[in-house]
Amino acid sequence: MDKLIISPAPHIHGGDSVSKDMTGVIIALVPALLVGLYFFGLGALVVTLTAVASCVLFEYLIQKFMLKGSNTVMDGSAALTGLLLALNLPSNIPVWMVVIGSLVAIGIGKMSFGGLGNNPFNPALIGRVFLLISFPVEMTTWPRPVPFSAAYLDAETAPTTLAMIKDHFGEIPSTLDLFIGNMGGSLGEISAVAILIGLVYLLVKKIITWHIPVSILATVFVFTGILNLANPELYASPVVHLFSGGLMLGAVFMATDYVTSPMNPRGMLVYGVGIGIITVVIRAFGAYPEGVSFAILIMNAFTPLINTYIKPKRFGEKVKI
Amino acid sequence: MKTFRMGGIHPKENKFSAGKQIQVAELPKQVVIPLSHYIGTPSEAVVKKGDVVKVGQLIGKANGLISANVHSSVSGKVNKIDVQLDATGYKRSAVYIDVDGDEWLETIDRSTEIKRECNLSKEEIIRKIQDAGIVGLGGATFPTHVKLSPPPGKKANILIINAVECESYLTCDHQLMLEKGEEILVGTTILMKALEVNRAVIGIENNKKDAIVHLQQLAKNFKGIKVEALKVRYPQGGEKQLIDAIIRRQVPSGRIPIEVGAVVQNVGTTYAVYEAVQKNKPMIERVMTISGKTAPNPGNYLVRLGTYLASVVDQAGGIPEGTGKIVGGGPMMGRSLMNLNVPMAKGSSGVVFIRKEESVRKPVKNCIRCAKCVTVCPMGLEPFLLMSQSERNMWDEMEDNCTMDCIECGSCSYTCPSNRPLLDYIRFGKTTVGGIIRNRATKK
Repeated sequence: MDKLIISPAPHIHGGDSVSKDMTGVIIALVPALLVGLYFFGLGALVVTLTAVASCVLFEYLIQKFMLKGSNTVMDGSAALTGLLLALNLPSNIPVWMVVIGSLVAIGIGKMSFGGLGNNPFNPALIGRVFLLISFPVEMTTWPRPVPFSAAYLDAETAPTTLAMIKDHFGEIPSTLDLFIGNMGGSLGEISAVAILIGLVYLLVKKIITWHIPVSILATVFVFTGILNLANPELYASPVVHLFSGGLMLGAVFMATDYVTSPMNPRGMLVYGVGIGIITVVIRAFGAYPEGVSFAILIMNAFTPLINTYIKPKRFGEKVKI
Repeated sequence: MKTFRMGGIHPKENKFSAGKQIQVAELPKQVVIPLSHYIGTPSEAVVKKGDVVKVGQLIGKANGLISANVHSSVSGKVNKIDVQLDATGYKRSAVYIDVDGDEWLETIDRSTEIKRECNLSKEEIIRKIQDAGIVGLGGATFPTHVKLSPPPGKKANILIINAVECESYLTCDHQLMLEKGEEILVGTTILMKALEVNRAVIGIENNKKDAIVHLQQLAKNFKGIKVEALKVRYPQGGEKQLIDAIIRRQVPSGRIPIEVGAVVQNVGTTYAVYEAVQKNKPMIERVMTISGKTAPNPGNYLVRLGTYLASVVDQAGGIPEGTGKIVGGGPMMGRSLMNLNVPMAKGSSGVVFIRKEESVRKPVKNCIRCAKCVTVCPMGLEPFLLMSQSERNMWDEMEDNCTMDCIECGSCSYTCPSNRPLLDYIRFGKTTVGGIIRNRATKK
């Protein structure tokens, strides 16, 4: 008989792996991606493929020639970053900007910190915010949703709901349109229903817990509800806020990024409430019509602090001394 | 259905030997009976080379409070008293006995007739249990009589019988309940008397429905005993988890169950108590499971203490082809064995063969901070943090983060998608921190 293997317990493993979790998130994003492809057609396809391919390529090149570590692209996290970046971009953005965004996301956002697990900020959002600040016009010109559109750079444009609210013009889409996603916006953020399907999948597969998405959405709902009650003329209803802009995508997919979010349920709730409050403050009082990306990045910065000071509930009753 | 309220996992059950009748293992030619069974002070040998012993005769006398008597499991002649490597990998003093026939002490009642009446006093019961060398058979092997004697000022108000058997593969307790149900209930009654409680709950996980139904039927004739079906979830067999599941109380950090008025006894122990008190039979044999995905003949065997595991495994069809690891105990908390030339001890609940593919750990990757280890930890700890602190020798920080509360269930390592050896590092840290705490206590 061959030699036996000796190791400490446990002697079995549940079979979960990084690539399984990443693949799970990618699967959960499929509904949102399909809605994007339906409303934005060719442009959405080009942007998505470019972002995914360039993120994977940049990670491979950086890993091979700069970090000289083992190849990590097969764990799926680079592809996921690319997909998330694409879903956060307008579908009529030029290809070269997508490539730059991918380089910033992977190169600066992730690999400069040592790769997966070490980055303090969500890489896809680093890419998106870099593009937003560098190319404000291209990043805030959204195409009008046209089913199976073949237009790309020449697509007809439409404002987002949040821009209409901010600058008091246009007619806000019906709640149903907001819910299914028939409105202007980034490629993957428009359809609340598609993102909620993804959320259900993530929860069922136990890839994430409910704490972060629910606390963000609840906070935004309550906060905008209060503002709306105080002054309905100036502030839109909480339902409109919930279903417009990047809130759904951000709450379900961006804020729940493993690496950059807190590590226990109590911390997750604090983080979620923080994101909700900052989002509403930016939307209602800030210069930008939308603030989810900034809110998440700001709370990413607080994550180590939250992990240090907010501990999980320990087992055991307190002893009276 | 009840279960504990924090963390937990559900590994594949793989209970291949469920429902397999308990087979009496062949008498070995030689037994090696360790004078200590994992925990506590080793007992002192009271026999010497050349002595002729009978089954049930005392060969090792308990030494101090946390120590248990050891009895001969066979009849024959003492060959030598020497050190022997046991299943935990430590060398321990053991009595080697060459088997000759099967002659039992006359005081032991070997009939299978169930003796229900017990008119002994509390003190007499505990004395009998102590004399019989009974220890917890769930694995920790803590002397049972100590658990039955709460510290002054503490009073138990409920007895919990641990029949959870939450480890994969193992079925020895399950089968024991099916075959010795009534004896177990009598044993429970005896333990209730010893503790002066009028309430006992037998906690069984719901994957043993036949045992639940069987014991529920029998329990109708016993006052104060309730059989509770529990949701299948590991590590429900952990003492603190089981208490939480059944009485919704969480034993405070660093305290023992009596703090919340509970005493937990394993179901196998309960059967041993029955035999000791009603049949005068000391702890000389136990049921163990031999199993594994490729095991030719998974089953439950009644084995005399000190039998080499190799001998039992041979009777169960030998080591299957393609075995990479042999585990003494369950796959979550058992120990991997170097070979099978180790004696069966009081805490040996099983031998599990793990196939080669499953034996090799996958490469360790970066922590992706998914928090799954935190989610599954039944003690509300942060395994990822404790591991990195242990790697960096940050002992004070580990203590502040409650590392001593870790029950070493392994749920964190089992769950980690990056295959990080969380428990290995935490265990290492726990040992060091435990030493620091003891040092501090002695300095004071």
